[in-house]
Amino acid sequence: MSFKRSKRAIRFIFMALAIGLSVSGCGNDFVLLHPAGPVAASELNLIEITAATMIVIILIVWVLFGIALVRFRDTPGNKAPYRPLWDHNKKLELGVIAVSVVAAVIIAVPTWNKTFALAHVPKGKSPIVIDVTSLDWKWLFEYPSQHIATVNYIDVPTNRPVLFELTADSPMNTFWVPQLGGMEYTMPSEVLPLWLEASKPGLYWGRSGNFSGSGFVHMTFNVHAVPASTFNAWVRNVKTTQPKMTMADYRQLLKFNWIAPRYYSAYPAATFPAETHGFTLEGGMYMEMQPTPK
Amino acid sequence: MSSLLALLFPPSTTRNMELSADVLIILASAAIIFYLTRWHRWKYLWREWLTTVDHKKIGIMYLIAAVTMLFRGGTDALLLRAQLAVPNNHLLGPLHYDEIFTTHGTIMIFFMAMPLIFAMFNIAIPLMIGSRDVAFPRLNAISFWLFAFAAFLFNISFVIGGSPNAGWTAYPPLTELAFNPGVGQNYYLMALVVTGLGTTATGINFLVTILRMRAPGMTLMRMPMFAWTTLVTSVLILFAFPPLTVAMVLTLFDRLFGTAFFTIGRGGMPMMYVNLFWLFGHPEVYILVLPSFGIFSEVVATFSRKKLFGYSTMVYSVLAITFLSYGTWVHHFFTMGAGAAVNVFFGLSTILIAIPTGIKIFNWIFTMWNGRIKMTVAMMWALAFIPTFVVGGATGVMLGAVPGDYQFHNSYFLIAHFHNVIIGGTVFGLMSGVYYWWPKVTGRLLNERQGKWAFWLFFLGFWLTFMPQYALGFMGMTRRMYTYSHGFGWSSLNLISTIGAFVMGAGFVVMVYNFVWSQIHGEIDVTGDPWNGRTLEWSTPSPAPEYNFARIPVVTDRDAWWAMKQEQKTNVVQIKPQEITDIELPKSSGIPFLMGLSFFVFSVGMVFSWWWIAGAGFLGFVVCMLVGTFDYDDHKEVPRQEIQNTESAFGRLQG
Ligand code: HEM
Ligand SMILES: [Cu+2]
Repeated sequence: MSFKRSKRAIRFIFMALAIGLSVSGCGNDFVLLHPAGPVAASELNLIEITAATMIVIILIVWVLFGIALVRFRDTPGNKAPYRPLWDHNKKLELGVIAVSVVAAVIIAVPTWNKTFALAHVPKGKSPIVIDVTSLDWKWLFEYPSQHIATVNYIDVPTNRPVLFELTADSPMNTFWVPQLGGMEYTMPSEVLPLWLEASKPGLYWGRSGNFSGSGFVHMTFNVHAVPASTFNAWVRNVKTTQPKMTMADYRQLLKFNWIAPRYYSAYPAATFPAETHGFTLEGGMYMEMQPTPK
Repeated sequence: MSSLLALLFPPSTTRNMELSADVLIILASAAIIFYLTRWHRWKYLWREWLTTVDHKKIGIMYLIAAVTMLFRGGTDALLLRAQLAVPNNHLLGPLHYDEIFTTHGTIMIFFMAMPLIFAMFNIAIPLMIGSRDVAFPRLNAISFWLFAFAAFLFNISFVIGGSPNAGWTAYPPLTELAFNPGVGQNYYLMALVVTGLGTTATGINFLVTILRMRAPGMTLMRMPMFAWTTLVTSVLILFAFPPLTVAMVLTLFDRLFGTAFFTIGRGGMPMMYVNLFWLFGHPEVYILVLPSFGIFSEVVATFSRKKLFGYSTMVYSVLAITFLSYGTWVHHFFTMGAGAAVNVFFGLSTILIAIPTGIKIFNWIFTMWNGRIKMTVAMMWALAFIPTFVVGGATGVMLGAVPGDYQFHNSYFLIAHFHNVIIGGTVFGLMSGVYYWWPKVTGRLLNERQGKWAFWLFFLGFWLTFMPQYALGFMGMTRRMYTYSHGFGWSSLNLISTIGAFVMGAGFVVMVYNFVWSQIHGEIDVTGDPWNGRTLEWSTPSPAPEYNFARIPVVTDRDAWWAMKQEQKTNVVQIKPQEITDIELPKSSGIPFLMGLSFFVFSVGMVFSWWWIAGAGFLGFVVCMLVGTFDYDDHKEVPRQEIQNTESAFGRLQG
């Protein structure tokens, strides 16, 4: 092996990556880098802090490693020092520990702050509640205040937090709309809360992030963020033009299949758990739940 | 009759790929049986291998099994990548894809990485610490056969009964009968229980071996680093595998006997499984990587011709990692609603564990510093580890920052992270170990030119495969998707990743060629010390005689063999004829093999709910236990004369 050859290899990899990135439309497809709301933006901010810190560590290691590799090769006439017994150096070791600790603190502080901050819907804002149930293999959304339900599609008002209450009548999934924020699991007999908010109107795709069987790839849905007035008009429209969901309709949804979006002007309350069990609600919640009018 | 056929061969096992696998298996078995019969090798096979309790031979068997499983797991990987090469691909259907990613992950972790680690333990540890065998040689063989039969059991699911298909993590309720009928999931559960028992026994064995059987003078702080990491890995195994076994057995009860530990609808708690699984799972990732850390420490020091830098810091880091690794498991499910305080606790513990890991990386660099680096293939694998693993560790920290993980969890960013640490850490390390210790067990050196080809293909293939996957994570691609459509911008990066995977596959092929070629044509290692080594295994001839050391060495320094060479005292390995005494060694036994077989029969009974077969297997196990317990004839003496002949053949007789 020669150093030149490995350098050429590294250059090749970067070129391949660059080509890959540019063919892939450079930018807009990187949904994590294009947050459309405060939760996703805050998460992206932390990702940037951790990435920057880690890149510094990676570069330190790469550079030191590169120098060691070039300078201390076992070649005839190598003039670099050879000290076979050199096995400790207090200052160096303390320095390494110090660098690591500093990097850890730089990451730990915002992690701490943001984890707590994102655990609550911001004070003084009243969220709109959407009850989410993952089914095999589709998403059922129920609006307890608006009394409407949809499948694989939701409208949400912009600039207002949305509190998703997540459960499952199926194996576990995660509910994920990358441009609005990170994911949270849906689990049978548990209700987990997740709040997101869209600050820009737009159509954002969501999907399940946790494998739940052979139809799992089809567990996609769209989130349409619109101004409040448009949202209200949409609700009225669903209420007046769409059929009611009956228990029989719900049982149809439990079938193992995937379907196009659907809309219902009403739904039976029994389709969402009135209470949950397990450590989630007793042991502490990721986010404070708002009482749901049932 | 037809219902039996439907049970054994459900539609999922009668697809083209499965049928061709059937044909291949039958052909290969026929060829092996023919070979063994034609050349009268059955007796040899039984006497020298199937009944052996010699740690070196057990190590070789682990090595062969692991490379075979790497082939199976690698083939799975290439199929997965081929399916994802282009959008809307129809090479594999969803059912097929789900089975293959499940067997890929399970095989790679439990039936490739673990046995390869145990191969290294067995090959190196007793020689390294100046011992004649492990503490419990027969138990060592039992561990191997439990693993081997479990691996066999897991692999036949592909062609008989159907593969498991719920991922290597196998979360309920997806593994419940209601969502997962058929026997595939039972295979997974039984295979993990059986191999887990063997692994636990290995942990006990090496813990006791290292604590009790070191050569005189080898204090704990004079042990080679690999002995240290083996020691703490054994401790980790002891505490990590019980929760896994519990999780598997309870799931099995839910499936077979209608209990409701995790079964929804009747009050079961799937969340409980997730906790048990990761209480095993996180320590497991350190079980995978710590042995490699030990190997790097040996290899980097040897080929830099220099002492290991910061030995005691390394020891304390490893101990810190061991302790901390039990306090981070929740980071695998931050997104399951444990609450902000719990998440912060586990997020910070995760960031904390990166500190000792990082310190170790710097210490390897400082070991090279002021040394003289020699580029052997073993060293190249070790060197490749440093710049690779640091990236995996860094992305691990990014995952440990809780709100970041909300976006990364279960995405291709996660997939890239753990391949980055498991391939860049565990696999590179084990490959380094294989190239390093190969001459010690086989007596032949691996061809370096071929080895370099294999290395470069594998190394470059790795970067090409996994770096694009980090980007795919940022584009929102989630794991375990069998296909994707145009329009997300995922296509070209997936194609690059697939190309990389095939480059790695080519590297594997060259490596196997390298192994086989070198076994036939490779240079013979006459010195026993081809690398100018530092630790005791290099003071023995290659391959080492059955009794390892005619006289147990006395250790006065950390790098014991290096010190002897420096002080020109290498003649201590030569023995005077009058000093030779008989050596007591453990005697071969058929019981470990039969015990593995009994567990296999028992497992087949459990998988198919054929209780009388399960009963027969269990009975076999009880009989093996009883016979083994009252078998007092478990030692043999190697007579003086035989030792004298062996030593003189090696030219190690004094006077
Ligand atoms: C610097 C040290 C490390 C840190 C901070 C770290 C952090 C993490 C975190 C937070 C996750 C969970 C991500 C998620 O599920 O969303 C994770 C997953 C994982 N890590 Fe690491 N990790 C480290 C080292 C390692 C090592 C050394 C290995 C193995 C050799 C490893 C193997 C894995 C595996 C297998 C998974 C994913 C398992 C799965 O979900 O299937 N990690 N790591
Ligand atoms: Cu972990």
